[in-house]
Amino acid sequence: MSKVMLEVNELTTKYITRFQENIYAVDHVSLKVEEGKSLGIAGESGCGKSTLALSLMGYYFPPLHYTSGEIIIDGQKISGMDPDKVRKSVLGQEIAYIPQAAMNALNPTQKVIHFIEDVIREHEPATKREIYERAKELFETVGLPESTLQKYPVELSGGMKQRTVIAIAVLLSPKVLIADEPTSALDVTSQKKVIKMIKQLMEYGLIDSLIFITHELPLLYNVTDDIMVMYAGQIVEKAATEEAVFDPLHPYAKGLMGSIIVPEEGVREHELTAIPGVPPNLKDPPSGCRFAARCQYVQPRCKTRSVALREVGGGRAYRCIFSEEVLREAYKDA
Amino acid sequence: MPDEKSNICLSASGLTKVFGSGRTKTVAVDHVDISLCEGEVVSIVGESGSGKTTLAKMLLGLLSPTEGEVYFQGKPRDISSHKKRKEYWKNIQAIFQDPFSSYNIFHKIDSVLLDCINMRGGRHLPYEEKVEMMTEACSFVNLKFDELTNKYPFELSGGQMQRLMIARIFLLDPKILVADEPTSMIDACSRATILDMLMQLRDDIGMTVIFITHDIGLAYYVSDNVYIMEQGVFVESGSADDVILHPKEPYTQRLISDVPKIYEEWDLSTV
Amino acid sequence: MRHTIRQVFQSGKFVVGFAIFIVILLIVIIYPLIIPDPPLAIIGQGTFFEPGIYVNVYDSMVAPKYTLNLDNAATKRIASRLKDEDRLAMKEWLMAIGIAEAEIDIENTEQLLTLWETHYDPQAKISGMTNARRNYYIRLNDSLEGLLSTERAIIAAENAETGDLEEIDSVTQSEYVNINQVANVRFLPLGTDNFGRDVLTELITATRVSLKIGFVAGTIATLIGLTLGLVAGYIGGMVDDVIMFVTNLFTVIPSFVLLILISFSIGQEQRGAVTVAVVIGFTSWVWTARAVRAQVVSLRHRDHVNLSKLSGHSIAYIIFADILPYIASYVVMAMILQISSGILSEAGLSILGLGPRTTEVPTLGLMMNWAMIYQAHVLGKWWAYLPVLITIALITFSMNLMNTGLDQVFNPALRE
Repeated sequence: MSKVMLEVNELTTKYITRFQENIYAVDHVSLKVEEGKSLGIAGESGCGKSTLALSLMGYYFPPLHYTSGEIIIDGQKISGMDPDKVRKSVLGQEIAYIPQAAMNALNPTQKVIHFIEDVIREHEPATKREIYERAKELFETVGLPESTLQKYPVELSGGMKQRTVIAIAVLLSPKVLIADEPTSALDVTSQKKVIKMIKQLMEYGLIDSLIFITHELPLLYNVTDDIMVMYAGQIVEKAATEEAVFDPLHPYAKGLMGSIIVPEEGVREHELTAIPGVPPNLKDPPSGCRFAARCQYVQPRCKTRSVALREVGGGRAYRCIFSEEVLREAYKDA
Repeated sequence: MPDEKSNICLSASGLTKVFGSGRTKTVAVDHVDISLCEGEVVSIVGESGSGKTTLAKMLLGLLSPTEGEVYFQGKPRDISSHKKRKEYWKNIQAIFQDPFSSYNIFHKIDSVLLDCINMRGGRHLPYEEKVEMMTEACSFVNLKFDELTNKYPFELSGGQMQRLMIARIFLLDPKILVADEPTSMIDACSRATILDMLMQLRDDIGMTVIFITHDIGLAYYVSDNVYIMEQGVFVESGSADDVILHPKEPYTQRLISDVPKIYEEWDLSTV
Repeated sequence: MRHTIRQVFQSGKFVVGFAIFIVILLIVIIYPLIIPDPPLAIIGQGTFFEPGIYVNVYDSMVAPKYTLNLDNAATKRIASRLKDEDRLAMKEWLMAIGIAEAEIDIENTEQLLTLWETHYDPQAKISGMTNARRNYYIRLNDSLEGLLSTERAIIAAENAETGDLEEIDSVTQSEYVNINQVANVRFLPLGTDNFGRDVLTELITATRVSLKIGFVAGTIATLIGLTLGLVAGYIGGMVDDVIMFVTNLFTVIPSFVLLILISFSIGQEQRGAVTVAVVIGFTSWVWTARAVRAQVVSLRHRDHVNLSKLSGHSIAYIIFADILPYIASYVVMAMILQISSGILSEAGLSILGLGPRTTEVPTLGLMMNWAMIYQAHVLGKWWAYLPVLITIALITFSMNLMNTGLDQVFNPALRE
């Protein structure tokens, strides 16, 4: 078994609103990513996947607060560390994060090289020349033209900007890269370029493992080794990609997979399954299974007692009261 | 060319839009011909900047074309006065890309829907009847009207807002609907719902739908006919099965290969 | 709407600014109700009376007298009467007759006087002393004896028939009057100005008038700017070009110069407070117009406007229902700034002598103008101009604070 790069045990984080209400957006989440592997996190908006990404860095600022659980990156425990130390020695070096709107967050008055100088100088002293050489080398490796370094963000197209942001994020060769919806604002061609670049980062060893967050399942299918489906702050399904897409167990995961649309033969004929209803309000989550209100296989007991995550071997787990066989049988009839 | 066939409800010939002049001159749409038959779903597919939204706005009458003519039900379209525009817009309506900017955040949901009833000449109906119509429209898109009254659109999720947009179309009952990337800002899970509702509009009411998207997979799922647009011109058009399963133009082939696949290999080496 | 207001009042900056402004407003409203004196009444026959409590001398004479035996009262009185130059002169004389310098402490009044009492001799001849100087010492000695005497001072009145002086009262140095029993006491916390007018009453009226001028000017400027900005931004095309041409024309002419020229051509007699406000309003709409136009241009192509068009709404409806609410917060902020700059413009104009005519009402600018003309700053009469300056600063400060607070609420990027 290869080295575990990122291990998260029972991580819980919450938002505290202005009205002092607690919103547990990440609720006892455990996950493991091994060296050279990638994990995809899927779910609809508001399911807590972006909050999970933020929480994984171990660096919290209001309204997000750490509650319990631990985060271990390459054997080093991050949770409970001094925030200043996390910022100085963990962020960027151990774990890098590309937030959803990162490409539009670049200061428009600075050239790309300036951001790179900022990132490197935050961690080590270096001359402009050295930094330039280093940036040039990295950009060549990931297939970005050297001229990009001397450009302002507005001179770059959306896809180029996103790839530049990713390149800046991996400057210090972090062990884990977390990418939150890196392609959702791009058109298909730019999306493909970004995906290719992320895959190259893994190949060239610029990053050791990847966490990729999106609601586009076909994308996850092509990028990651494992898929984790989140619903209302909890993990509802964890499986290898192939299994998650073609043999989902949790009814919510099943619903998600049913909404895949690809331009391939047979897509027009098969009925799309849309999940009715909306996710529960996390200010006051339902006491039983959180998906109960939208589930077509719901039983009375689903609504009263909480459901634990069931491990079923091979790293697979799901959160439902029914056994694998019952679920598969039910899906066959549908 | 204005087609003489009776079931052609909207067509355009030589439609051109030029922005700016001199060095900053950009031809967004370049002599485009298009014709739509009643009750079909037509997709216009292209990358961002290919001019598909500009074309849609010209068909809608929100932008005036630099050149070319739009024909509505066989006759040249006349939208020179406010009254004539209003009449035209009873027949053609739109759903826009971003549900979050499509609503006036100061107006409640009731007033959005009441507006539509008023436009269809229902201003003097008794209030109960209006409520009945709004309830029907909301149930068409799986929303509950009594849960929406007195709420503001921004209290809904993106998918719900876009469904409310469809409820609005249901009330307005136009002959043609222009859906400009209605699903690109919302979740994959809500997307299926929206697409099914667009097809339902066509099947149940016989509406003609122009579906604009950059995702060729979605176009394949919903449409009868597909136009592929590249830099202001149509490079390929035809029935969805023909164009998408057997693309002839390299541009179309590229668009298809760029979409992540599930049943086939997704070749990353082509970019 | 209620939510927005609640949010606004959660901004510390806004609340502080608002509180200062409300306090100023309340003072301006309540003070005239309590003290209804006309603001420009001349109460003092002279210029620049110092701040303080003024007691009518005549009334204090007829008030009942109380004898208080206060030990240090005489010392204090002498200490305050004996000027430094007199003390130095006394020291000089004492040293001239041969007293060691170390023994003389001019700060110690009692010791100095004792030395003086024992040694001074008007007959003594001191070499090198002029006659005039000797006479000065004799006068000084006399006045000191007058100070120290415990005799009663007689107050006499002239008999109207005979022209003789008749004693009507006499006072001693240990007699006191209760200030509450004196009929006419006037408290002038800020003294009087060059014309002998109560500065505080004048200042409060001036603040009211200046606020009014600022409000009228700000409203006019905002209305013009808003209308032109909305029309130019939404309709676009030729209309936009023409309006922007005029706006640019106004931008390149410094508005203050324009203001001076217009004010000058109106003439002193026609310039009331309202006229000045209108003139200021008509010359300061430019930036509002430009800013509103920019906002409207970016709103014009938003989807909700397109949708409103598709719903068959008229241009007027779209402007009022789909554009105006979106820029309302911005316009309110711009208006607050316009009001504060209106107050400043009035002050600027008035200092130059181009403010409202001076006979009716004071304004903050006019008060500054008067203080300047009568050289209050050179004479060190701070109470004539400093309170005015502070008031202007407080008003503009409170408004700018409110504006920044609002900006933070409406522009989340600026929130901390």
